Amino acid sequence: MDKTRTDNPTVGQLEKQIEAWRAHLRKSQTITSQDAAELEDHLREQIAALGADGLSDDEAFLVAVKRMGAIDALTREFAREHSERLWKQLMLSGDEEDGSSESAAAAWSRKMWVALGLAVAAAVAIKIPSLFGIPFDAEPAGAFYPRNISFFALPFIAAYFAWDRPLPRSGRLGLAAVFAVAAVVVNAFPFAFSPKGEPGHTFILTMLHLPIALWMGVGFAYVGGRWWGSDRRMDFIRFTGELFIYYVLIALGGAVLMALSVGIFEAIGIKMEPYLQNWIVPCGAVGAAVIATWLVEAKQSVIENMAPVLTRIFTPLFAVLLIAFIVTMAMTGRAIDVKREVLILFDLLLAVVFGLLLYSASARDSIAPPGLMDWIQLTLVGTALVVDALALWAIGSRIFEFGFSPNRVAALGENIVLLVNLGGSAILYAGFIRGRVAFSRLCDWQKFYLYVLAAWAAVVALLFPLVFGFA
Amino acid sequence: MSINKDLVAASSTALVLAILAEGDSYGYAILKRVRELSGGALEWTDGMLYPVLHRLERSGLIESRWARAESGRRRKYYRVTDAGREQLADERRQWRAVDKTLGKIWS
Repeated sequence: MDKTRTDNPTVGQLEKQIEAWRAHLRKSQTITSQDAAELEDHLREQIAALGADGLSDDEAFLVAVKRMGAIDALTREFAREHSERLWKQLMLSGDEEDGSSESAAAAWSRKMWVALGLAVAAAVAIKIPSLFGIPFDAEPAGAFYPRNISFFALPFIAAYFAWDRPLPRSGRLGLAAVFAVAAVVVNAFPFAFSPKGEPGHTFILTMLHLPIALWMGVGFAYVGGRWWGSDRRMDFIRFTGELFIYYVLIALGGAVLMALSVGIFEAIGIKMEPYLQNWIVPCGAVGAAVIATWLVEAKQSVIENMAPVLTRIFTPLFAVLLIAFIVTMAMTGRAIDVKREVLILFDLLLAVVFGLLLYSASARDSIAPPGLMDWIQLTLVGTALVVDALALWAIGSRIFEFGFSPNRVAALGENIVLLVNLGGSAILYAGFIRGRVAFSRLCDWQKFYLYVLAAWAAVVALLFPLVFGFA
Repeated sequence: MSINKDLVAASSTALVLAILAEGDSYGYAILKRVRELSGGALEWTDGMLYPVLHRLERSGLIESRWARAESGRRRKYYRVTDAGREQLADERRQWRAVDKTLGKIWS
C-alpha cells in the first residue's frame, strides 16, 4: 500500500478525507486521541475491505464513515460511557439534545447570573443576624457565628446545584428539611462555655464536623438526587477537591487585595480594619464559596490541568514525609506524645493523605494500566497506615490512662474510620497493580466510603454533645 | 429481518465476551464476526461497539493492549479476563433461560 500512496493521487485524497474525519472526531472532548486512533484503525480496515470488493476509495470512504455512525451520536455514546470526560465540557447538566452553541452560551450566562445572585444572597444572609443585634466582631456568649458556620455558605451552594441539575421537588424538600433540622438542633443545644466565654470541647467538635456531614447534602444536590448507584459521586469527590483549590486561590487573592487596601487607606489616615472585619471578610468568604462553585463548573478545563499536577507533586512529597517520620521514630525510639494539639495534627495529616488519595483516584483514567504513580500512591497509603496505627496506639493508651473525653473519642473514631479506609484502599491498590482488580473497584470503595464519613461526622456533630453533656 | 435496538444493546455484553473468549481480537474483527454469526440480522453501527468495549474494560471483564498490526498500523487488541469468563458463563445461563422459556411457549 505504501508504494501506491506516492503514485496514486486518489490515495492522497483519501488521506485528506480521513484526516478531516479524525479532526472532526477530535473536536469532541469526550473522545481521546487513543479512542480516535482506535476508530481510525477501524475505518481504514473497513475502507480496505470495501476497496477489495471493488469500490473506489471515495465510495469506500463514504460507506465506511456511514457505517461508523454519525459523529454526534458516536460522541454522545462515548460521553455516556466515559462520564468523567463529559466533565470537561462546559455543559454538565445533561441536556444533550440541544447542543446548539447559541443555547449553550445562553445557559452559560444564565448560570453565571444565578451564581452571582446566590453569592450576593449568601453575603447578605451573613449580615442579617447583625440587624438583630448580633454583631460580627463582638461575640456574645453562645458564639452565634461559629455555631452556625455550616449554614452561611453550604445552603447556597446546595441551592445552586438544586437549581442547576435540577433536583426533583421531593429532593429539594428533603434537603431543605435536613438543613433546617440541623440548624434548629445546633442552636437548641445548650453547649457549656467557660466563665471567660471560651467554648467547650463538644462545641468545637460540632463546629468541625457538622459542615462535613452537611457537605454530603451538597453532594446530594450535586448528583441531582440520584445518589444511589450514581457515577456522579466520583465527580462530586473531584468537585470537592477542585472547589478547595479554587477557594484557596480566591482567598489568597482576596488577602492580597485587603492587605493593600488597609495600607493605602492607612496612608490617608483612615482605619479600614473594622470594615474589613465586619463586612468584607465575612461577606467575601461566603460569596467566594458560591462563586468558586460556579467557577469549578464553568472553567473546568483550567483546573483540570492544574489539580492533577498538584496531586502528582504532593503525593510523593507526603509519602517521603511519612517515611522519614516512621524511620525517625524507629531510629530514635521516640513515641508520639499525645497532647490535644498533636492528636488534631495527626488527624489532619491523615485527612490530607486521604484527600490526596481520594482526589487522585477520582481524577485518574480508570482504564489506564498501573504505572509509577500507582506505586507511589500505594507507598503513600502504606506509610499512612503505619502512621495511623501508631497514632491509634498512642490515643488508645491515652484513653486507657486518663479515661474518655470527647476529643479523645473523636480522634480515636476518626483514626479508625481512616484506618479502615486506608486498609481497604491498600488491598485494592495492591490488587490493581498486580492486575487482579479493576480500578473501578477502588473507586466504588471510595464512593461507598462517603457514606461512612458522613455518618461519622454526623455522629460526632450531633450525638457527642448529648453523650458528653455538652462539656 | 432486523433485531430491535434494545435487544441488540442487551445482547452486546454476552456477544462481545463470547467472541473474545474464542481468542484475542480487535474492533473491526469483532464486528465482522458478529455479522458472520448473525447472518447480518444483528446490525450494529460500527462506532457503537467501542463504547461497549470500553465499558467492559472499565469493569475489568476484558483488557486491552496496543500492538502493531500486519499493516504496520497501531491496533488495540482486547482479551477476556478471568472475571470476564465468569461473567460470560453467567450471561450464558441467563440467555439460555430466556431462550428456553420462549422456546417452550412457541414450540
